[in-house]
Amino acid sequence: MGLDIWMRENPLTYVWLGSYAVALLVFVIEVAMVVHKRKITLRQICLMRNTGDEEIA
Amino acid sequence: MAINWFKYSAPSTFYGLAGKLIPWFALSAAIMFAVGLYIGFVVAPMDAQQGEFYRIVFIHVASSILSMFLYLIMAGYAALGLIFNTRLSSMMATAIAPTGALFAFISLWTGALWGKPMWGAWWVWDARLTSELILLFLYLGFIALHASIDDPRRADRASALLAIVGSVNVPIIYFSVKWWNTLHQGSTIKFSGTSMHVAMQQAMFVTLVACWLYAIAVVLARVRSIILERERHTKWIAELPEVK
Repeated sequence: MGLDIWMRENPLTYVWLGSYAVALLVFVIEVAMVVHKRKITLRQICLMRNTGDEEIA
Repeated sequence: MAINWFKYSAPSTFYGLAGKLIPWFALSAAIMFAVGLYIGFVVAPMDAQQGEFYRIVFIHVASSILSMFLYLIMAGYAALGLIFNTRLSSMMATAIAPTGALFAFISLWTGALWGKPMWGAWWVWDARLTSELILLFLYLGFIALHASIDDPRRADRASALLAIVGSVNVPIIYFSVKWWNTLHQGSTIKFSGTSMHVAMQQAMFVTLVACWLYAIAVVLARVRSIILERERHTKWIAELPEVK
């Protein structure tokens, strides 16, 4: 009930925080995950090279 | 000068091309988001019936369109990989799935936030909402199925079948508001015209373009990691400057 009243009194804050801030957060998390994935993949390949596990095709 | 497009279907050449394209798409996406938000929140007027709440439309419509189109593109790539056994197609399908799932999530989330003040409920088992939820589950199913099979080539084939079969859901989402009596409104923009204010249309279009550019940038970045992972035993990977 309290949220109903608050959203009607602060519609722009509700729209901003609820949808745009959440969407932005989702995008930031996705980008961070992609960057992290690249870092660990590169690290794995470098480790493989250093330990001589690599079988080059 | 003729460009040999087939050259870029090889992971080794596509890897470099994707790396060059990512900054341009990412920068364009950031600029377009800023412009879209400015038009949507500063220039576009308040809606006569929905007040300020309608401004959710700019991210809601863009993410909904992206979630559907990305699924079709993912299914297309998966089908190409299945039929022609092309490595890059399957890698692209795998790279698109998480971004598509996130757009489906944003679509459902922003829809719930819009539904509460307009309909009085966060969620209703309406045809449009339910079919969009099924789309999210299809994305998650694709990701889970792919991750559950150790051999990437077998995983590609199994998840490709799921993606192709699941693509039947996309026209169901689109036409759900016509085929059934739904609480969700029909299309506001049609080929015959629209009653939307021009600034609202501009904000929606610019945000849609921004979402496309973002999706392309992030998918290209993800596919580069997938290429690195799957092609790690090849000579060209060993010769990459970032690996040396």
